[in-house]
Amino acid sequence: MDNLLLETYIWPAFLVAGHSLLILVALLLWLGFFMYAERKIWGAVHLRRGPNVVGPFGLLQSFSDILKYLFKEVIFPTSSNKAVFLLAPIVTLFLALSAWAVIPVAEGWAVSDINVGILYIFAISSLGVYGVIMGGWASNSKYPFLGALRSAAQMVSYEVSIGLVIITVLLCVGSLNLTDIVMAQQTVWFAIPLFPMFVIFFISALAETNRPPFDLPEAESELVAGFMTEYSSTPYVVFMIGELANIVLMCAMTTILFLGGWLPPVDVAPFNWVPGVVWFLLKMTFMCFMFSMVKAIVPRYRYDQLMRLGWKVFLPISLFWVVLTAGVIQYFGLAA
Amino acid sequence: MQELLSSYYPILIFMGLSALITLALIFVPMLVAPSSPDPEKNAPYECGFEAFDDARMKFDVKFYLVAILFIIFDLEVAFLFPWAVAFGDVGVFGFWSMMFFLAVLTVGFAYEWRKGALDWD
Repeated sequence: MDNLLLETYIWPAFLVAGHSLLILVALLLWLGFFMYAERKIWGAVHLRRGPNVVGPFGLLQSFSDILKYLFKEVIFPTSSNKAVFLLAPIVTLFLALSAWAVIPVAEGWAVSDINVGILYIFAISSLGVYGVIMGGWASNSKYPFLGALRSAAQMVSYEVSIGLVIITVLLCVGSLNLTDIVMAQQTVWFAIPLFPMFVIFFISALAETNRPPFDLPEAESELVAGFMTEYSSTPYVVFMIGELANIVLMCAMTTILFLGGWLPPVDVAPFNWVPGVVWFLLKMTFMCFMFSMVKAIVPRYRYDQLMRLGWKVFLPISLFWVVLTAGVIQYFGLAA
Repeated sequence: MQELLSSYYPILIFMGLSALITLALIFVPMLVAPSSPDPEKNAPYECGFEAFDDARMKFDVKFYLVAILFIIFDLEVAFLFPWAVAFGDVGVFGFWSMMFFLAVLTVGFAYEWRKGALDWD
């Protein structure tokens, strides 16, 4: 009896825990080097050197930064709600990491390949807005409050168009499973037939993760640092890592939905020798590079322009594309 | 039931581990970092002034409006999810009934637009 319990429950649980830990550690390392790469890219765009002191070529810069934050004092503003104040960054990072449970980095590599994968990611990333609101409200200070309000309105506005973009992809696939979505792209990546949706998804992802040119919640020229103004030490760092994890999650989502996940660009000899995970990481790196380049070269939007773009441009276009895609599939007999 | 359990408990374990990492990152400095609270240092930041009044003040009703619009359109997306997954099976009738639903919503959207609910000034 004891043996059965061990074999059916405890041992698989250990395997899953090991697998999860592997993915989480790889993700955190990726985030560290992504931060470093971003600063190098901005440096190159500005004709500066970027970080180059800690470790060879400054490669260990992010890790020394985190270590530095660990030894800083945690400050709670006098008028803040202490518990919510501390809960906000925890919620942000916890959700950003949890979403990675269903991402298939290569065929069958997901911790759990559930059949409602994309719904799970959509739900988890929608909850991300709570971290921002809680942080801004609990600080009980004017700049964080305004930043949180702006951020909440911005994130929900762009979530609508992200939802509609996902619907167009689902129409072409007929399944919510992430592996099925990738496998449906064996003939052609969805970035090609659904190119306008690909562009809208990328821009909405920038807005959803509060990245420049849509970084109004933390526009330092008007709101100091937005909802993060009162944060210090690791609560601040946890917020930052959470945002970075969300950005990389969006890159992974773009890869899965539009760039064919782990599939090689063409299924012929030299390309399909390369393991799938390499293709996935290459595509993800490309998307991360695009995120950095946008931050380096595009000026910030004004808030009214941001809302206009979300509601008056992206929403009608994506709604139209849902109708168009459905019509084409229905009347040209392409149903999955 | 067994199948449901076996596909969802890895997610639970994954969530547990990510919670553990997050909590460790948050609580380590409370043990190792110095702490010397000071009323000036802990005051809410307001460009060097004493805080004038409570930060939880009145704010623009536009934010409520955006929230309400979001609920409408996000519900629409929630309705579209099962339709998109079953699109191959619902046939011409399913296609046109959803088109009718979207048309009704589009009328509402056009009304909001004309009323200026989407303007931000």
